[in-house]
Amino acid sequence: MTEEIIIAGFGGQGVLSMGKILAYSGIMQDEEVSWMPSYGPEMRGGTANVTVILSDERISSPYLKVYDTAIILNQQSMDKFEESVKPGGVLIYEPNGIHHHPTRTDIDIYQIEANRIATEMGNKKIFNMVVLGAYLKIKPIVKLENVIEGLKKSLPERYHHLIPLNEEAIAKGTQSIVSYKVEKQVLS
Amino acid sequence: MSEIKLMKGNEALAEAAIRVGADAYFGYPITPQSEVIEYLMSEKPEERTGMVVLQAESEVAAINMVYGAASTGKKVMTSSSSPGISLKLEGISYLAGAELPAVIVNVVRGGPGLGTIQPSQADYNQAVKGGGHGDYKLYVLAPASVQEMADFVEDAFDIAFKYRAPVMILSDGLIGQMMEKVSFKDQMERLSDKEIIKRYDDWAVTGKTERKRNIITSLDLQPEKMEARVGRLMDKYKRMEKEDLRFEKIECDDAEYLFVAYGSSARIAQKAVKLAREKGLKVGLLRPITLFPYPKQQLFELADQVKGILSVELNTGQMVEDVRLAVEHKVPVEHFGRTGGIIHTPEEVLEALEQKIINEHGRTRHHKTRESSIL
Amino acid sequence: MDVLDIIKPENQVFCKTKLMTDTTLSYCPGCGHGTAHNLAMEVVDELGIVEDTIGVAPVGCSVLAYDFMNVDITQAAHGRAPALATAISRLWPDKYVFTYQGDGDLAAIGTAETIHACNRGEDIVIIFVNNGIYGMTGGQMAPTTLPGMRTSTSPYGRETSSMGNPLKITELVANLPGTYYVTRQSVHTHKHVRKAKKALKTAFENTRLKKGLSFVEIVSNCNSGWKMNPIESNEWMEKHMFPFYPLGDIKVKGKLK
Repeated sequence: MTEEIIIAGFGGQGVLSMGKILAYSGIMQDEEVSWMPSYGPEMRGGTANVTVILSDERISSPYLKVYDTAIILNQQSMDKFEESVKPGGVLIYEPNGIHHHPTRTDIDIYQIEANRIATEMGNKKIFNMVVLGAYLKIKPIVKLENVIEGLKKSLPERYHHLIPLNEEAIAKGTQSIVSYKVEKQVLS
Repeated sequence: MSEIKLMKGNEALAEAAIRVGADAYFGYPITPQSEVIEYLMSEKPEERTGMVVLQAESEVAAINMVYGAASTGKKVMTSSSSPGISLKLEGISYLAGAELPAVIVNVVRGGPGLGTIQPSQADYNQAVKGGGHGDYKLYVLAPASVQEMADFVEDAFDIAFKYRAPVMILSDGLIGQMMEKVSFKDQMERLSDKEIIKRYDDWAVTGKTERKRNIITSLDLQPEKMEARVGRLMDKYKRMEKEDLRFEKIECDDAEYLFVAYGSSARIAQKAVKLAREKGLKVGLLRPITLFPYPKQQLFELADQVKGILSVELNTGQMVEDVRLAVEHKVPVEHFGRTGGIIHTPEEVLEALEQKIINEHGRTRHHKTRESSIL
Repeated sequence: MDVLDIIKPENQVFCKTKLMTDTTLSYCPGCGHGTAHNLAMEVVDELGIVEDTIGVAPVGCSVLAYDFMNVDITQAAHGRAPALATAISRLWPDKYVFTYQGDGDLAAIGTAETIHACNRGEDIVIIFVNNGIYGMTGGQMAPTTLPGMRTSTSPYGRETSSMGNPLKITELVANLPGTYYVTRQSVHTHKHVRKAKKALKTAFENTRLKKGLSFVEIVSNCNSGWKMNPIESNEWMEKHMFPFYPLGDIKVKGKLK
């Protein structure tokens, strides 16, 4: 098994930390992992993305052109990465703020309203965990208990009291992901 | 082996520096390697092992602090990224001239000038061909994973003290910033002052005792003495070529075409090998692990087996010159690489092999062009 | 008294400094460097700290200081001696670490290293020989060259409006919190030699206090560079250098005078 994922959105959405938790979860079940971020000044406020690979073999390139799954959290990332999903692959996106919805018909597309859910749960910071939950529903590549272990590893100890909340967010995401059907474009 | 951790390459390097019992680190912040000194400072190495960590006022000061510490037989290192390494070159040349052991890490970013903070391999020539003034070389290790960022710290110190010579770890922004699994060896003891005095009694400046006093200098005003000094350096480099060359062959046994790539490019080329083989193309990868010494003989021999070679580098064609020298015109050798901080994808690398080597030279073994080009 | 009486040990009033090597000094006759070397080595000898002393030599006339001073020495790149000394002192806190630098080395190319070592309060001794000129490279203008003074790169005299003002780096470092002892001395008469030696002794002893850096400037002559004979150069130094670079303690026990 090899799963190649791009997670892309705004800096501050928890893109990098979501990738890190996923990578840690992979380690917990003896997978090979790599986590390759975009880095530099664009990280604050601008766009941020991270390529995460989980595999049961030695990972070659940590940097890719096409992905099994793209998790897209803003319009710029949609414009950039929709085309990067392998045919037959998965695109999961948060529709809030998306004006141009995906149009590909050769991939499976899903929506997760993580913003709304996180707001309803009273903590915007768990946004990324809702998205992670949604992803794991479609691609259950890591077990939930390993995700929790991964959370413990990547969160500083002073935040460990928030782990149950994160767990709840993951569950909400898992329940709330919906399939998105691309309308056939009418050519004029 | 202890617990497996998920860490950035830069952090793994810093942790390894503490674990191998380094006595000191002197540095100056610069993207994309600032995590090294940040990690060291947060780990309180002074408490963990007594290691000294100091943020210097400049890269120039930092490399000269390294020179000072190395003069006394201490295990000392510094790290920086390309523009900072340019500043350190004076000190590196002095370290080589004065025959001092030290480890210098370059987490390369794009240049020239301030360039970009994104990954690059454009400092190959600077690292391998000297860089600073004078007749000298650096032993250059090129890690291609986070684990190697950690492991090569110990290897680099071993070589530095074996030869009393500066060693460079040539990484880049990709390996420095990415996270992978890494495991560390158990903590090694730092040498005590007494042990250092005893072990390096014949050269280190630790205070003149009954022995003849020690002097560290790179200056020899008498031409004959200076020539002898340079000759001594050259003897070391010859010995390095004989005893400490490192490389990795990936899927080379039946290869008809060959990638040559180091560091991050080797990782990308390795994926291109996989993509090629899925298409039925027999492609292999030679990864130089040491850039000096260079696997010249291995390339010379592989050239009898393959039909063409593509040197894959995040630059406009630097290592390709060494590949051509090694291959001695036996088969076509071309270069492919992106710059400006753009990282080539495995697909691009394979496409370049097909266009520049397989299609261009497939029918004939004579190659028409020697121009390296950027896509 | 005949010669045999004179050379009896009890009649001995002076001998070669024990910690100076037998190598003939390469300095011009009349230059202050030799005396400054002697004093530093006498102090190390008298304090009985040779086994714990590590020197750092500069680039400049005193680049070969390691040929003359019989202690362990490492030789630095131009201007970088304080960086080397910082590292050595941090890693060998029980050692006596000193640099020996000229004005071009310390106050031009090495300004940053000098100021930051002083500001961090490294427990080292900096011996700074200021003769207002680049001696070794043939008498070019230094950061400390006086206004109007002729050198090979200010052949019509230092024009401060275009060439800048001489840098009083000693006053500058005295104002940094990391310096504990800052003094300016000279070695051109017996009286001054005795004072300079006392200052150097204080500086080396301060190393043990771990209270900051000791900085000893020695205003000296450069008869070759100044194109004078030694006597003229010493007179010129008194007349022109001392008014601009006044002798005496500037900071003692961490307090400005």
